[in-house]
Formats: sequence, C-alpha cells, structure tokens
Amino acid sequence: MNRSFPYLILLVAVIWLGSLWIPQKTKVDDFDVSAFRCLPVLTGGRIKPLDTVARNSLLIMGRKQTLRLASGESMSASRWLAEVWFNPQVADTYPTFYVANQEVLGLFGWPQADKRYCAFTEFVPNLQKIDEEGRAAADINAKERSPFQVAIYDLRNSLVLYQRLKSTIHAEGTAHFGKEIDIYASTLAAAATQIKQSQTPPTQDQTAILRSLVTRYEQQASATDILAVSPPAGGKAGDWRATGTTLLHLDLSKEIPPSLAAFADLSDAFRARDFATFAQVAKEYSGWFSIAHPEWAGRTHFEQIFNQVEPFYQGMVLYVGAFLLACGSWLVCPRSLRKSAMLLLVLAFAIHSFGMLSRMYLQGRPPVTNLYSSAIVVGWGATIIAMVLESLFRYGIGTACACVVGFVTLLIAHNLGANGDTLEMQQAVLDSNLWLATHVVVITLGYSAMFLAGVLAVAYVLLGLFTTKLTRELAQVLTSMVYGVVCFATLFSFVGTVLGGIWADQSWGRFWGWDPKENGALLIVLWCALTLHARWGGMIRQRGLMAMTICGNAITAFSWFGVNMLGIGLHSYGFMSKAFPWLIGFITLQATLVLLTRLPASKWASFRHAERRVLTAAGFGPRA
Amino acid sequence: MKKALRRLLGTLASLRLTVVCLSTALVLVLAGTLAQVNLNPVEVQRLYFQSWLIWWSEPSGSFSLPVFPGGHLIGAALLLNLFAAHISRFVWRWSKAGIQLTHLGLIIILAGGLATDLFSVTSHMYLRQGETKNYSDDDERSELAVTELTPGETNPVIAIPSEVLAACGSTSHQTLPFKVVVKGFYPNADLQMLGQEKGPTVAAASNGAGAQVGLKPLQPFADMNRRNKTSAVVEIIPNKDGKSLGTWLVSVAMDQAQNFEVDGRHWSLELRLARYYKDYSLSLVSFTHEIYPGTEIPKNFSSKVILTDPKNHETRQVQIYMNHPLRYLGDTYYQSGFQSDDSGTILQVVRNPSAQAPYISCIIVALGLLMQFTYHLVAFARRTRKATAP
Repeated sequence: MNRSFPYLILLVAVIWLGSLWIPQKTKVDDFDVSAFRCLPVLTGGRIKPLDTVARNSLLIMGRKQTLRLASGESMSASRWLAEVWFNPQVADTYPTFYVANQEVLGLFGWPQADKRYCAFTEFVPNLQKIDEEGRAAADINAKERSPFQVAIYDLRNSLVLYQRLKSTIHAEGTAHFGKEIDIYASTLAAAATQIKQSQTPPTQDQTAILRSLVTRYEQQASATDILAVSPPAGGKAGDWRATGTTLLHLDLSKEIPPSLAAFADLSDAFRARDFATFAQVAKEYSGWFSIAHPEWAGRTHFEQIFNQVEPFYQGMVLYVGAFLLACGSWLVCPRSLRKSAMLLLVLAFAIHSFGMLSRMYLQGRPPVTNLYSSAIVVGWGATIIAMVLESLFRYGIGTACACVVGFVTLLIAHNLGANGDTLEMQQAVLDSNLWLATHVVVITLGYSAMFLAGVLAVAYVLLGLFTTKLTRELAQVLTSMVYGVVCFATLFSFVGTVLGGIWADQSWGRFWGWDPKENGALLIVLWCALTLHARWGGMIRQRGLMAMTICGNAITAFSWFGVNMLGIGLHSYGFMSKAFPWLIGFITLQATLVLLTRLPASKWASFRHAERRVLTAAGFGPRA
Repeated sequence: MKKALRRLLGTLASLRLTVVCLSTALVLVLAGTLAQVNLNPVEVQRLYFQSWLIWWSEPSGSFSLPVFPGGHLIGAALLLNLFAAHISRFVWRWSKAGIQLTHLGLIIILAGGLATDLFSVTSHMYLRQGETKNYSDDDERSELAVTELTPGETNPVIAIPSEVLAACGSTSHQTLPFKVVVKGFYPNADLQMLGQEKGPTVAAASNGAGAQVGLKPLQPFADMNRRNKTSAVVEIIPNKDGKSLGTWLVSVAMDQAQNFEVDGRHWSLELRLARYYKDYSLSLVSFTHEIYPGTEIPKNFSSKVILTDPKNHETRQVQIYMNHPLRYLGDTYYQSGFQSDDSGTILQVVRNPSAQAPYISCIIVALGLLMQFTYHLVAFARRTRKATAP
C-alpha cells in the first residue's frame, strides 16, 4: 500500500473533526438560538450556559441531548428549552420523557406497545398517581427498589424537574412578561409616591395588582433553582438572583437589570414568533454580559463550544477506527495500517486530552473530581502508557490495547454522565486542589496502568488460544510489556494510596481508617506486590503472570466501582444499582479468562502451531 | 543446630513466605471491607485488623475457633520476613539499592501503623461561641467526676474512670469523707420521665434527678452516628457513720451536676465524657459554614479560635478549617463538625506520636520503586537496542 496512506487517513479524520466546530445553521422559519444558548445562568453552584442546562435536563428526562419530535425531525436542546420557558403549552406536547418500563406504561392503562417517549400532556391525567407511587418508591432504600419502583421514581423526578424548569423565568401562563413587569413597576412606584406624599394607603386596584403579582413572584422564586438574573459589573457569584426574587426586591430608583429585561423581551418575542427580535435581544444581552463579566462570559462561551464538539464522543469513534486499523495490520499491509492506527490513536488522544483540559479549565480544578472524570482520566493515562509501549515495540498491539481501554472507559463515562451535570461542585472536604491534583490523579493513573496491563494480558490469551499469531517472540514482548506496566501500576498505586492516607491525616486526623475505598486501593497495591514477588520467586511464569494480571482487572474494577456500591464509608458517592450487573459481568468475564490461561499448552493454537513448525523444521513434518 | 537455625532463617526470609503473607493480607482486606456492610467500621477494625486471630463463634456462643490470621499477625509476619530477608540476603549493589530502600520504607510504615494502633489517642473538643476550654472529651470513655464545691476559684475534682465503675465495686479516696458504691453501670441506656404513658414506673435512684426518671438498659449502638447514653446508679456512704445517703442516677445525657452534703461540706456528682487536660486553652471566636451560591452543598467549615498558652507566653488567633488543622504541642485539631444550629464547632483532637511515619516512608518507598524500575527500564532499553542494532 502507498506510503502516504496513513497520512491520508489522518487528513480525513482531521477534516471530519474540524467540521464539528462549525455551528449548525438554523432553519429560515425558526428561531436562531446560537446566541440564546450561550446566555449564562447560575445553578448547582456554577455559572453555566443555557446550552448545558438544556442538554442536562433533556439527558435526565429523555436520555438524549437532543429531542426527536413526533414528525421525526430533531430539535436542539436549547431550542427545546426556549419552548419550555416561554411557550410551555407547546413544549408540553413534545415527546420529552423516556419511559422504558412496561409496568409504568401499564399503570396508565396504555397499551404496552413499543412506545418509549411520552409528552407531558399524556401524563396530565395521571400526575397524582405518579406522585403517589413515586413518593412510595422514594421511601424505599435505593438498593431494594424493584425495576418498576426505580422507573416510577425516576419518572416522578423528571416531571418535577420539568415543572420547575417551566417556572425558571416566569410563572407558567404569563402572557406578556415585559408588560407585566412594567405594570408591576409603575403600580409599585405609584403606590409608593402616594404613601410618601399624601400618606394615604394604596388604592384597592393597586393592592389587588400588587398582591397577585407578589404571590406570583414568590412562587416563581421558590419553584426554581436556576438563578437567571446576573449581578451588575463587578458582582460576585453569590449575587445572582432568581427573576422572582429580583422583582420582589425591585429598586425603583435604578433601571431594571439588563438580564431581567432581556429575558422579558425574549419571552415576548418568542411567543410572538418574532425571530429577528429574539436573535437580536439574545445577542445584545450576550454582548452586555461579555463586557460586564468577561471571565464568566469566556467560560460560558467555551462551555457551549465544548458541548457542541462532544470531544469524548469523537474520541470514542477515533478509538474504534484506530483499533480496527491495528487489527487489520495483523492481516494485511502491516506497516502502513499499523502506522495509520498509531496516527489515529494520537489524534484520538489529542481530542481526549482536549476534552479533559477543557473540563479542567471550566471547573478550575485538577482533572479528577468525581467518578465520571476518573473514567476519562483512566482511559487517558492508559493511552499515554500504550503509546510509549508502541514506540518501544512496534507490533500494533499497544495501539490496539490503548484503543480498547480508551473506548471502554469513555463509554463508562458516557453512562455515568447520564445523571446530569458532570461538572458538579466539590463537597467541603474535597475542596483542595493540592490533594485532588496529587492523590486522586496518581491513584487514577494507577488504575490506568492496571487496566492496560490487564488488556495486554487478555490479548496474550486470545491471540495464543485462538490464533497462531502469538509467536515465541511476541509472547516474550507481551510478557515484558505486562511486567513493565505492572511495575508502573505498583509505583502509582502505592504512592497514590499513601498520599491518600496523608490527605486523610490532614483532614480527618487519621492516616488509615480501613475505609472501603482505602481498602480498595490497598488491594491493588497488595495484588501488584504479590504478582511481582511471585514472579521474582519463580512461582509464576508467562501464563501465570498473565492470569494474575487479568485478575488485577477484576480487583481494580472492584476498587474503582465495587466499593462505592457497598454504600458505606466516607468515599461512597451514592449507590449505583444500574452498574452492579455490569460489574458482576466484568468480574465473571475475567474469571473465565483466568481459567482459559490454565488450559494445557496443547489447546493453545499458537503453541501447537509453533511445535508443528519446530517438528517440520526437524524433518518430522507431515508425510506428503 | 546451626543448620537448623540457618534453615529457619531461610524459611523466614523466603519469597514464598512473602507471597503467603501478601495473599492472606489480600483475603483479610477483602473480607474486612465486605464485613463493613453489616458491622460498624470500629468493630470491623477491632475484629479483623487490630487482632492476632479472627475467631469464629459457634452461634450459641459456647465455643469459638480461630479461623484466619488477623491484621497484627500478618503484619508481624511480614515485618519478620522483611527483617530476615535483609539479614540473610543483604548485599550492597546498585541494582538492588531500589529494593532495599523500598523495603526500608515498608518497615517504617508497618511499624508506624502498629505504633499508631497502640499509642494514638483521639478525642473531641466541643466549643460554643465564646466558650473557652482547656480539655478535650473522649467519646468512647466516660468518668464520674466528684467535685468539692469550695468558695475558691478552682475546685478539687476526683475522677473515677468508667472501667472502675463498670466493675461495680465501692471506691474510696483519701480526700473523700465518703465511699462511692456503684449499684449499676450501663454502657448505654434509655432514660425516660416517670408517669408517662407506656413509660417506666420505677425510679432509677432515690435522690436527685434520678428520683423522677426510669432507666432501661440498652445495647451500645452499632452505628457511629448515635451517641451512647452511658449511665450509672451510685450510692454515697459517709465514712463517719456508714449510713447511706441514698442513690443517685448519673448519666452523660444529663446536663447538670447533682449536689449533696457530707459533714457540712458540699459536693457535686457528674458522669461526663473522660477528659484530657491541656496546658493551654482554646476559645471559639466564631464558626462559619459556607455553601456554594444557589445550592445547599457545603463549601467550607471554619473555626476562628484564640489559643492561649500561659506557660509559653503565647496568645494568638488561629483559623482551623477543612484540610487545615492546627498542630500544637503534639496535638492536632481538625475541623470535624458543627453543632446543629451553627452556634458551635466540633474539633477532633488527635495525639499520635508516629504521625510522621507515613510521610517519611512514602518518600522512601516512592524513591526506591522509582530507582528500581528506572534501573530495569534502562537495562531493558539497552538490551533491546543491542539486539536490534545491525
């Protein structure tokens, strides 16, 4: 194959990636939300673009970041959010909610067909029933909920979230928000002047208007946890307010805050289907915000781009591509395909790194802050080590294994991210960038090394058992690789564990408390030490080393996820019942692979093949 | 004889023993982790990690059998194995320097861990705003304080530890004109006022608050978040005539001491958490509890305290907050919690003479592993280069 082939592949991949940075064009007869989706709000302790709020809400309600309408057309999350905020009667008819559980559908007396997405209007007759069943499920311990209870509990939460989302800017059913604010402000001013000048109480009409509006604003402020009104230039994060709160404390001597005025205009323009004004107002407010709060604006704009590019999704695609090329290199055109695979891996690594660094910039923190980000860094670390291995031994096997770890960890991250915002705030005890940057990162890189070694060992077993590719030379190389990576894992796991102990000593007053997560880390260290000592003592050889390294996969998975599922200890981040069967499946798979390594050499295709070759060479070949 | 000794040393120093120890340690850690699902962590530590053997008890409790080595036994075996290996195989070579360093670091960490188990003391200091204390409380232990109420500034106190109370005997002290006889000691109890519906009907004691309160003994709580209400019933018998003054109920759940009189002198009785007195005092100026804007997620807890040490002529203000403890004269104060209405702080006080061991060992082991693996990697790269060279 042509020598330029690898670069051609790289070029195609780069062009494809580049195309994702170009924002999609909006249809002529619809709202342009390109400025709207960058507008900032404060929720969950962090300033985010509306794009993030919209995507996370949709993800929780419908498991996807875009909405597929009944007509088959797809709608962007931000466009959907605008509809929910400003025109909820229409949004209520969109198939937003994902209901997979047949029993839940049965609860409403619906035919248990393959209907999965439902609209809010469909739930309206059953809201009370859902609320009751959902509350009943909430009272049951998360570990003991049945699939029906889990589904009804999730559905209730989704509906509550949706209802709250509808009152983010104004109460549902507000016809002209701008006009309403004007009436409120003028009535308030008139009543105040009256009291001040003639010391007479407000008129009956004034009291009635104010009373009804104040109730409305109080309800709005208590219903939402999204603070949409940004402070004036120089304000702090603690100065953000809900629209209702701002109106209740309206300072008549000053102008209405630009963000409130903008959202009122957006709301009115949206309902009037005035595309031009909507886009214009969003742009103007965005411009004001960039001048008033340049740092916040920089981050929210960047976050929107980050959302749009979806670097981790692109990384997954590239990892699959590189893996296929690496596998192909063992069949045809070894040099050219191997190089293509390596180049694609480098590109995948670059986009993976971009995603990781973007998260660090957005959060202002080291890379690992929760389980989601640990998955991202596990894959990232494994890819680095594998690239080093590949540059030492050019067999394509390092590339293939890096792709497996990279892809699987990003897939895990993708599933962990389904619960909403993954850039969440850190609990007080975790609020220490020094320790997050050292202990947590080092431990996570230890996981990377463990999994990479494990995948290399699996490659040894699969190649040896089922193909004739595992030559004596390759077996030796794989053994060196696995041994080296296990050494690396030992170093990182030990240092990471002790650093964790020192952190615990700094914050809780004890170095070691036999907490499940600490024990998990210790298990990895012990396992590495055991493997190395057994190897040095000659108690295990090639296949024994592979068996122990594959076991290491199971131990690392237990330490990473399993201990969190026990639901005890200081490090438990919530029970993840959905992941439990996967963990059991993974551990069973590793056990099976370990058993396979115990098969006698005569059952290994590669060893049989090698023996036959030796015999043939010695003149004992099959008779002609 | 010499041969036998050498053989013993050989076994003790063998890699096989290392592998056995590491395997048993793995099983122990795994079992000790899973056991925490049903048992509280302190109990698991005691049974699995701070024990020589793990015992299996026959359900009726009539006999028990050792089933597995405990943490102390495995740790000791590993230490012995490490020492023996060093004695029998120690040779100074650059190629082995990394391994030697690593193992030296491990010896420090294992020995340090053992010392922590044996000598470290953990207590708490509960401070309300404006309050000053020169002692910390031990949550695990209690003591009966018998104080003579004198007009002076300080009152002499005799503290009887809970271990003595639990023996349910009679205690006398040369300075006390009476004997304290323990009628009952309850590590945990439920105290309720008499006269309530379905409540207790018999008073726990004849005098003081206990005359209106009934007592029901309880098992100590398994979970760490509930505090035991340790209680006791004591009788006071003056030495002069040997005629009992009656019984008193004392409990850590009671806020106030109870007074009585012997020979015209006034005394007070109180069961309280055991105290560790310091030569200095801390007073709480303010406690702050920050949250992230628009959420309930705690961002930081911090206590502003004034440290006063008359002995060392030191008075200064200190900020104690998450991950930033105060270290003073061997004690370390950590921000551990706060009182329910944010009006006070809870500081955890740890006195651990071997607190430095992990820091030293971490550096040594990391250095050792790094040296060893780099040495191997360089040697390996050299070999590969030689092999691939034309």
